[in-house]
Formats: sequence, structure tokens, C-alpha cells
Amino acid sequence: MKMASPRTLFAKIWQAHRIRALDETRDLIFVDRHILQETTSAAAFEGLAAAGRNVRHPELTVATQDHIVSTRPGRDEGTNPGGAELMRLMRINATTNRIAHFGVEDPRQGIVHVIGPELGLVLPGTVVACGDSHTSTAGGLGALGIGVGTSEVEHVLATQTLALPRPKTLRMTFEGKPGTGVTAKDLVLHALGRFGIAVGAGHAIEYAGPAIRALPVEARLTVCNMSIEFGGRLGLIAPDDKAFAYVAGRAFAPKGTEWDAALAIWRTLYSDDGAVFDRELSVDAASAPPQVTWGTTQEDVVGIDECVPDPLGIADPDRRRRVEDALAYMAIEPGRPIEGLPIDVAFIGSCTNGRLSDLEAAAAVVRGRRVAQHVRALVVPGSTSVKREAEAKGLDRIFSEAGFEWRSAGCSMCVSINEDIVPPGARSIATSNRNFENRQGARARTHLASPAMAAAAAVAGAITDVRRMG
Amino acid sequence: MGTPFLNFSGVAAPLVVENVNTDAIIPASYLRSTSADLAEGLFARWRYDEAGAENPDFVLNRPPFRTSALIFAGPNFGCGSSREAAVWALVRFGIRCVAAPSFADIFYENAFRNGLLPAIVSQDDLAVALELACVPDGASFAVDLPAATISGPAGHVMDFCIPPFRREALLRGDDEIETTLRLDGDIARFTAADRIARPWIHSIGARS
Repeated sequence: MKMASPRTLFAKIWQAHRIRALDETRDLIFVDRHILQETTSAAAFEGLAAAGRNVRHPELTVATQDHIVSTRPGRDEGTNPGGAELMRLMRINATTNRIAHFGVEDPRQGIVHVIGPELGLVLPGTVVACGDSHTSTAGGLGALGIGVGTSEVEHVLATQTLALPRPKTLRMTFEGKPGTGVTAKDLVLHALGRFGIAVGAGHAIEYAGPAIRALPVEARLTVCNMSIEFGGRLGLIAPDDKAFAYVAGRAFAPKGTEWDAALAIWRTLYSDDGAVFDRELSVDAASAPPQVTWGTTQEDVVGIDECVPDPLGIADPDRRRRVEDALAYMAIEPGRPIEGLPIDVAFIGSCTNGRLSDLEAAAAVVRGRRVAQHVRALVVPGSTSVKREAEAKGLDRIFSEAGFEWRSAGCSMCVSINEDIVPPGARSIATSNRNFENRQGARARTHLASPAMAAAAAVAGAITDVRRMG
Repeated sequence: MGTPFLNFSGVAAPLVVENVNTDAIIPASYLRSTSADLAEGLFARWRYDEAGAENPDFVLNRPPFRTSALIFAGPNFGCGSSREAAVWALVRFGIRCVAAPSFADIFYENAFRNGLLPAIVSQDDLAVALELACVPDGASFAVDLPAATISGPAGHVMDFCIPPFRREALLRGDDEIETTLRLDGDIARFTAADRIARPWIHSIGARS
């Protein structure tokens, strides 16, 4: 009897969705779920209409408003000056094409990558496409989340497929047990510091090892969310009983006999023993303290008990110049400890860290304390449902009493395309995913960290070690 | 049908920083409406000061480079968000080719779909090309897509990497959706079989 050769998790899902090979390097892949957002879909619908084409599977497509929406309590579609046009177009395009639409007033509204898992739209073993790079988040449930541009959004609308180059595979194994106060976000930032922001280019990244298996589902979504920050095409984690329990009973998840049939397939979703990856990397999760970025890419990161680099000690001239530029932009003295840097803004939210468990982690630090006088602190739930659940648990009161603004769901201060913008020159600690120059607003200075670390900094008024706050 | 890509020559602008991200290429503030002037927004935070005046130090503001058709860039060009407006902004400014040692995946694919050639060149070739490009009057480079070469002054020629199917599609000006729709029979067969194998994918519980 011939034994099937061992396959990676990625290969199993990819091959199950391969309609046909296009050539030696590319396949035509079936898309199970297509999620639209307002900033990258308008031009796609325009292109579709201009070519006289239809949405092939509106029943496999949903639309949500997240990037441009106002997060002011009581907001509506017109609240956000300048963004109303794209929101209106999204609603019209969705309605005209019979696509389910979660607008600002809908209880299902939220950031695509938060509502996808939350509503059971993202299922283990599925292919999920969206015109947003953080679609990789879906990998936390063992799905291939593929972020694409607007032309590809149009391609999926017209064909329900993607024509994709076959990515290489990279396994990133997290060994050991993380220390106290060290979260999924810290593990990813630590790995970014070690391997750099281009290590995953052209790769599907599978996160493995005891430190990953120990993570709850929402933390796994955080890890996979940042796969794109490694330059990776997508990230994924083998789904297990925790993942199946998370999916069970969600609005769009299969029920009854369909659930049983789905589960039988989902239980085969893991990398076989002996499966070969194009590349293997390993991280010691036990050695990483809580992380904070100091510079203008995500690999510019240090542990909270460490110092930012001093260009004087860097021999490579290109690297030295890059560090000098980043420190100058961030207005940080070379070689100083990261701890103690005063902050002006604290932002807790985004598709990376806007889930209920993130808000709970932040609230645990904030409870009974006050935000420092000079700090503007915001908590922005990743979805309307997260907001509702947090309020049911009284988290809104903890945050409000401490001096945080309690906002409505949206991308908010992650992306500076809405009204939530960090003022020029201000220093922000953010739970989002990008610390690029000007990302949170012109001349904004962004430090990425976990929700607990952002909450601690809001209270202390400066970057601080959450482990010492007890 | 798209527009076939034709060989061209033009001034090359040196922009040799690593990891040029899509927020830098087109800031999010230019993405709030469908009518924003993306050519004006290209590298806006680097091109203009806070008052909106041009920054004379930025390469695309200097006379020979204002009309650049090529950009020579550092590795991992186009990292960050999936916003295709980054490619549209480059194209509307008049850029037809970015030559770099590597590109971020989503940007790389977005580029081809808009007739922008992302040419992967070796670090060594790029270093020579940069020296040639960094002269006060700029320098003209010729892009030959069928030959996959970029030729500069003084007989300097560098090869670039491009997957063969991409080269053919660019040269023909293929519309990728049209190409996929020609495989409609395959898609329909897959979907019909999948409805039986995974009915839960196709009959979404709560919505029906």
C-alpha cells in the first residue's frame, strides 16, 4: 500500500481549494468567504459595473464599515466629515448586489477581522479573502486569510476565485512558556525584532509550538493578524478543540449534521509528522519580556527592561543610518531606556487587539486607577458586539471612571483615515499593528505594545513595565 | 482588455531606503474619497512640509526627477497595507517601473494589475545603476520588457527577474478577470462538487 506523503496544514487547505493549476507557479483558488470594507471596495464595484459583470456569489460575500466610520458614541453614517461618500457607496453597492451589509447602526458591525471570526464567517479550513492586508488574522482559526488589493476584490466579486502564486511555507515554532505579563502581542513583536519585517515575504507562515498551542483563540487571532508585518502572505495555526469550541454556535457557523460533517474535516487540519517546510524558525517564548517598539518599523522593538539602540555602537553604515533616522523621527535619545518615555496618547483597539479579552486585560490594569493628567486615552472596541459584551461586564465603567474615552467600534487610531488622529509630534502607545512614520497622523510617533502595556502607560503617563503595577 | 506594456525610457529617481511602506507612498488621508488627486498625494509626507510647500530635498521635487518614469528603490518596497492606491498614485505621477531587490507580496501583485512593472534586480546591479542615476541632471534608462533588461548610460545593462506569465500578460495587456472567466467551466465544476462535499460553505445558516 502506498502511503500518502506528509503534508503541511497550508498544503491541505490550499489543495482542497485548488480549482486548477494555471501554470508551474500559480493556482486558481476557490474563495469561501469574501468580506468587503468601504475603502477598498468602491473602485472594485465601479470596475465590475463598467465591464458589465455581476457579483458571482453574493451569498458568500458580506460587507462591513470599519475604516472610515466615526467612533463617537451615537455616530451615524454622516458623522465623519469626509468619509460619508465611501460609506454611502458601500451601502448602495451592497444593497444593489444583494450582499449582507453591516453598517454603522447594525449590531453586527465591526472591523472585518474582528467580525469575521465572531460571526462564524471565518471557519477552520476555509479560504477568506478581503481587501485588507490583515485578513491574515483568519489564520487564528486555521483558515487561509488572504489580503488583496482592489483589483483582486473585483476579481473575487466577478469569479469567487483568486489566481495566486503558490507561496512557500515557513514554520515559526514558539518554544517554552511565556513569563508573567507576556501576551500574544509580545510574542509576535519579539519575533519581529529577531527575524525582521521581510522574513515572511512570499511565505505562508504556520505558527507552532507549545507557546502557541497554549494560547486562547483570540490571542491566536492576534498572532496571525501580524503575519503581514513579517511580509508574509498569510499566517495560520492548526485548529484544535479550543478553536472548534470558539466556532460552535456562532451566527454563520454550520449547525446540526452540517456541523458534524464540518468537524470531521476540521479534525484533519494539522501539519503531518514529517511534513517539510521551505523554512523553519524557532523562538524562545520564555526569554521575552513585554515588548515595546521604539522606531518606525515593527522590527524596531525592545523588551521593556532594555534600552533603545545607540547608533554609535552599530558598525554597518546602512543600519546605523536607519537607526539614526528612526530615533530622530521618534525624538528619542540614543541608547536610553525605553521605560519612562512620556506619552501623550494611549490607543487600545484595532484588528490586532480590539477583542473582548484585550479589553479585559487592559481593564484589569486600569481598575481603580486614573489616566495621567496629560494623556488622552481611548478604548475602541473592535466590533459593536465586543462593545456590547464589554458593557455587560462593566468594563466601560472601569475605563470611563479611570478617564478613558469609551468609543464605538471601528479601526479608529490605527489608520488615521477617520477622525481619530494622533496630533503632530505627539507620542502614542498603541495596541495596533503599524508604527510607520505618519501612520497614526502626520508626524505622529507610535509605540506598539500589548493592551496591558498600553493601559499601564496611560496610567503612568509614560512607557512603563506592567509587571510592576501588580 | 488592458493596455499592452510598451518598452520605454525615462529619467530614473533614486529612492534608496529599505521597506518603503504603502502609508509612505500614499497617506491614508488621500483615501477618504474616490476623487482624491493621487498624483499629488504620492509620497505626500516626504514631498511637502507641514504648510504644504514642496520639500526641496525630496528627490521627486528636484528638476530632472520631477518627470521620472522609473524609481530605483531599496528592498521590501511596498510593505504594509494592501491599498492599491499606492500603485495608482505611482502610475498617475508617471512612474512605469520600480526596480528594487525585493517587493512586498501584495504590492507586487497590485503593480502588475495596473501596468506598473515591479522589476526585481540584484543589489550589485542596483548599486551601479544608482551611481549612474545620482547625477545632478539625472540619467535616462531604457526598460526592455521582452528582454527583461534595464539599460543605463555608459553601456550599463541590468537584467531583472519577472515570472514568464507576468511578462506575457503585461505585454498583451491581459485583463485577468477575463482570463479567469474563460475557465468558467472549471469553476462551475469545482463549485458543484464542493456544494456536495462542504454544503455548509454554500448554505450559510443564519442568513437563509
